[in-house]
Amino acid sequence: MAEQEYAIRCDKITKVFGSVVANDQIDLDVRYGEILALLGENGSGKTTLMNMISGIYHPDGGTIYVDGRAASIQSPLDAQNLGVGMIHQHFKLVNIFSAMENIELGTPGKKLPPKVLRRKVEDLCEKYGLETDPDKPIHAMSVSEKQTVEILKVLYRGARILILDEPTAVLTPQETDKLFAILRQMRKAGCAVIIITHKLNEVLSISDRVTILRKGKSYGTVNTAEVNVSKLTELMVGRAVTLEIDRPKPEDPEDILKLVDLTVRRKDGSVALDDVSFSIRTGEILGVAGVAGSGQKELCETIAGLIQPAQGAILYKKENLAGKTPRELIEMGISMSFVPEDRLGMGLVAGMGMTDNMLLKTYTQGKGPFVDRAPARAMAESLVEKLDIVTAGVEAPVRMMSGGNVQKVLLGREIESNPDLLITAYPVRGLDINSSYLVYDLLNEQKKKGVAVVYIGEDLDVLLQLCDRILVLCHGKVTGVVDAAAVSKEQIGLMMTGESAQEVMEYGNG
Amino acid sequence: MGTAKKEPLLRVVKHAELSTRQSIGLRVLAVVLALAVGGLFIALIGYNPFEIYATIVSGCFRSPMAIQATVKFCIPMCISALGVTLAFKMRFWNIGGEGQLIMGAVFASFFALFCSGMPHLLLLAVMFIAGFVGGGLWGLIPAACREKWGTNETLFTLMLNYIALYIVTFLRDGPWRDPEAAGFNKIARFAPKAMLDKVFGVHAGWIVMLILVVLVFLYLKKTKQGYEIGVVGESRDTARYAGINVRRVVLRTMFLSGGIAGIGGMVQATGSDITLSAGVAGGVGFTGIIIAWLAQLNPFVALIVSFAFSILVKGSSVVQSAYGLSTDCADILQGIILFFIMAMEFFIRYKLVFRGHREKLPVKTAADTDAASGEKEAEEK
Amino acid sequence: MISLAFILKFIVAAVGAGTPLLFGTVGEIMSEKVGHLNLGVEGMMSVGAVAGFAAGYATGNLACAMVFAFLAGMLSALIYAVLTVSFMANQNVIGLTLTIFGIGFANFVGVYMIGRTGTNNWQLPANLIEQMKNVDIPFLSDIPVLGKLLFSYDPFTYVGIAIALACGWYLFRTKAGLNAQAIGENPAAADAASIRVTKWKYINILLGGGICGIGGAYCSMVINGGVWISDCVGGLGWISVALVIFAAWKPQMAILGSFVFGALRILKYYMPAVIPIAFFNMLPFVITAIVLLAASIRGAKGSHIPENLGNNYFREER
Repeated sequence: MAEQEYAIRCDKITKVFGSVVANDQIDLDVRYGEILALLGENGSGKTTLMNMISGIYHPDGGTIYVDGRAASIQSPLDAQNLGVGMIHQHFKLVNIFSAMENIELGTPGKKLPPKVLRRKVEDLCEKYGLETDPDKPIHAMSVSEKQTVEILKVLYRGARILILDEPTAVLTPQETDKLFAILRQMRKAGCAVIIITHKLNEVLSISDRVTILRKGKSYGTVNTAEVNVSKLTELMVGRAVTLEIDRPKPEDPEDILKLVDLTVRRKDGSVALDDVSFSIRTGEILGVAGVAGSGQKELCETIAGLIQPAQGAILYKKENLAGKTPRELIEMGISMSFVPEDRLGMGLVAGMGMTDNMLLKTYTQGKGPFVDRAPARAMAESLVEKLDIVTAGVEAPVRMMSGGNVQKVLLGREIESNPDLLITAYPVRGLDINSSYLVYDLLNEQKKKGVAVVYIGEDLDVLLQLCDRILVLCHGKVTGVVDAAAVSKEQIGLMMTGESAQEVMEYGNG
Repeated sequence: MGTAKKEPLLRVVKHAELSTRQSIGLRVLAVVLALAVGGLFIALIGYNPFEIYATIVSGCFRSPMAIQATVKFCIPMCISALGVTLAFKMRFWNIGGEGQLIMGAVFASFFALFCSGMPHLLLLAVMFIAGFVGGGLWGLIPAACREKWGTNETLFTLMLNYIALYIVTFLRDGPWRDPEAAGFNKIARFAPKAMLDKVFGVHAGWIVMLILVVLVFLYLKKTKQGYEIGVVGESRDTARYAGINVRRVVLRTMFLSGGIAGIGGMVQATGSDITLSAGVAGGVGFTGIIIAWLAQLNPFVALIVSFAFSILVKGSSVVQSAYGLSTDCADILQGIILFFIMAMEFFIRYKLVFRGHREKLPVKTAADTDAASGEKEAEEK
Repeated sequence: MISLAFILKFIVAAVGAGTPLLFGTVGEIMSEKVGHLNLGVEGMMSVGAVAGFAAGYATGNLACAMVFAFLAGMLSALIYAVLTVSFMANQNVIGLTLTIFGIGFANFVGVYMIGRTGTNNWQLPANLIEQMKNVDIPFLSDIPVLGKLLFSYDPFTYVGIAIALACGWYLFRTKAGLNAQAIGENPAAADAASIRVTKWKYINILLGGGICGIGGAYCSMVINGGVWISDCVGGLGWISVALVIFAAWKPQMAILGSFVFGALRILKYYMPAVIPIAFFNMLPFVITAIVLLAASIRGAKGSHIPENLGNNYFREER
């Protein structure tokens, strides 16, 4: 009988992708009339779990119970029939359709006359306190309006169990407040709501209970009323783990790049980096921490010359680099290397072999119209040797390599160009332990050579043990630059949620 | 109980790259299957397929004249395939080869008709350049519009084909009409000085074709600009990351792509037709696309495929005179062969996984998923 | 002076000249709406042309000819659908090949049949030609002006208009049509909304091919007075592809558009000789190019082009 009160109960759910265990025997439950927060860092398996409940993936082990009955959820349609609806992080809407057309899309039955449909949508809005213009086309909508349509889509299909995947990632604080009001309304209407997030204050303000995931495992469920930020941080990041990553002492660090009042806008006009100032030093690894989408990507790409900043300067030996294209930077003789997050989509040419990928930034060298492949080939071969790259050959497309080898190719190429400044974005994401350590060693080697290294990371344990200083970003703002040896994991976690270094340090001491 | 886990009956999964030998084997198999189906069709209408196929092949090689005719068919097909190859390598869907070829012929013909006072070789050189520029400009227009406004290049190049065609008929009926022509309007036959010389009995276009095959191959494989085309085609983001000026590469490549087609037009007009006619392209621009794709954008393979296609074309005319079957069977066979090869491509790239047949999937890492989305984006652009 | 009778005659002729375009355009819209640019219109029309002609030749029945043309068009579209939807092959290449294949097939069969008749002529039976004459409805056709304007076309024209209206209703008034459009715009969104993407792509592409096939039958059976002529579609399929853009991917607009383009096709016979004929032949393509360009300058929101046109959909890559 007790089963009945659970809208959803997951029993030892396991999901394996190749050799990576994304979910390891996870338990989770949520009742009707309750908001459950699913908390965890990036890559902790939150989305994977929810995708199984909404029928996109299929669990390799364990059982999902919906309304107390074991359910076999094959497809999103099955999930829909069980009353489960998921609002994905990336909206799946048809741009030229109006809100109500999107809402009606794919539902069974005849197409309703616009009048009737509009009425139904408006009724739904009223019931849950949502606001939308049913006739407005999606392409004319703001992000938050689109999200409302996504929510309405799910409700229209009669969902009583709603899953929201990081719904606030794209919202302004005001919009977030509005969303939370809506979620509370839904709770009142008897819905079960699961909200995926890694923002602690949001968890505290909206949820009734929190389930914490870490590295694919469940670390228990607590009542929100009984915890505070520091407790949640501890649960989310776990106790500091000793990774035994070397951290040689920096030798005579010197400023090589100074960012002054840098402001960068995204294509949609939103602010990605907000008045950021800091410096990068030689012989040192500067870590950058922050939840996903806090401006890390834009930070890298602006320094690398791929994005024009709206404001501010990037000073390199007193010269302003802001607004210079990558080609101009190369021509100025600035030796900068950038290992982007999207390795195969940006850093490498997926369909080409190692040799041709070695050429990517050097192919213009040399006189005449021809490319000299011999040095590139030699370099590719020496990299294979040096970094133990597993490949069918230096001419085999890099697309066919495993993630770790792809990263070795990319990082290897960037290091071979003897940079003064090396920017790496999530260089160990998706890599196994051995490859990760190889990457740490390579970075340290560069540091010892006096290279200024920037390490954008997500694993706080690594950041704390590898880096010399850590810069924390939150919503495009720098909340602090701290000495990695003198800061705790919790303190970084707090800064990631927007508290300044000063506040955090006092808090930690007090 | 609902705990039974049902997988979909059939799933499509990308599989690891096959060895060159395997994939060539599969393609040969596709051609054989296609010929079998074509043979079935021939048998169905009461002929012996073996006899017909034998006649097609032997018909092309029965005499020096026949071989020359076969080569003559091959030239424009191969050259337009080479032009398309450049654009397709960049994932720019230029289906305007037909129009670019025509415009090349138009530009070249201007000099043939009105500047025939020049010495022979100089005139040919000028016409050659004119053909290149004419085709190039016709290729540049859609490229510029796409870079500036995102105009759909497939549809736009398609429209430009017909605009070019009717420019020729306009010239034929009006300004360039041969006043001495009786009956239908036509443009005057070129002066002998404007004719491409014959080498081994075929107009020198075949030498141009062979040189272009080598040049395009070297350009794509060995030059900096060719390398840039490959990078832009794979991913615009990577190109930006490497400091490549994407817009410039697109414009330059489309100029070259159109220009090569234009050379094809010049060669066809001055070597084969000895005049400018509305049929100067005659669908060769479209066939070129099919050839380029079948050849997997490899210039040397394109040459082979073009030659195979011209055997079909020439051979079918022999079949027509011998058996009374229409030459259109060449088109039918071309179609069937391509359909089979394209179907086979699918099995080279993907495999089908049936329910209950579980295999270890390749390790899917974050990097892999990123790559997939990156690839997709690149394709969308 | 231009008389009313002259204008009427012109309009009637324009509608007739536009009828094959109407079929081709509506058929192509059906395919493009689910994101598949099928450049095989000319080929599908050719296959429909020969199948319709053959059926008409064998049975002497117009309805039967149309049904066979439809089925043949569908069958040729099936080749395209299998290769592009299921096998994810390049749409442009397959479409062009289908065009070459279709024309070749039609001409081949035509030549073969001419050989078999022994008269050097493959001709429709007289009673069938009678059926294809412009209808003459008692009383209605006799109404002055209006009667001539509305009730004096051949059966194909009425079938074409009916099909265009039906397709317009299907695409814009039914749930299935809404779903189909979503597939052409954003297949991932459609997939997420539990629409069966593959199934509906097949349905639309096949229906589109069938409709093109009837248009082909018009070309072979009506235009040349019931005598088979090679290459009878003669580029009308390509004009149809252009017309889709002009009609902004709307079947109802295609009715108007095909008659406008039909008027352009016959205008040359009515205009003074000073204007070169090439100008009129070029006009449909120039207008289409301008429409395409203008739409892209206005930006994605202003153009009606399905957002995912030309791209295949592979679910694993979402």
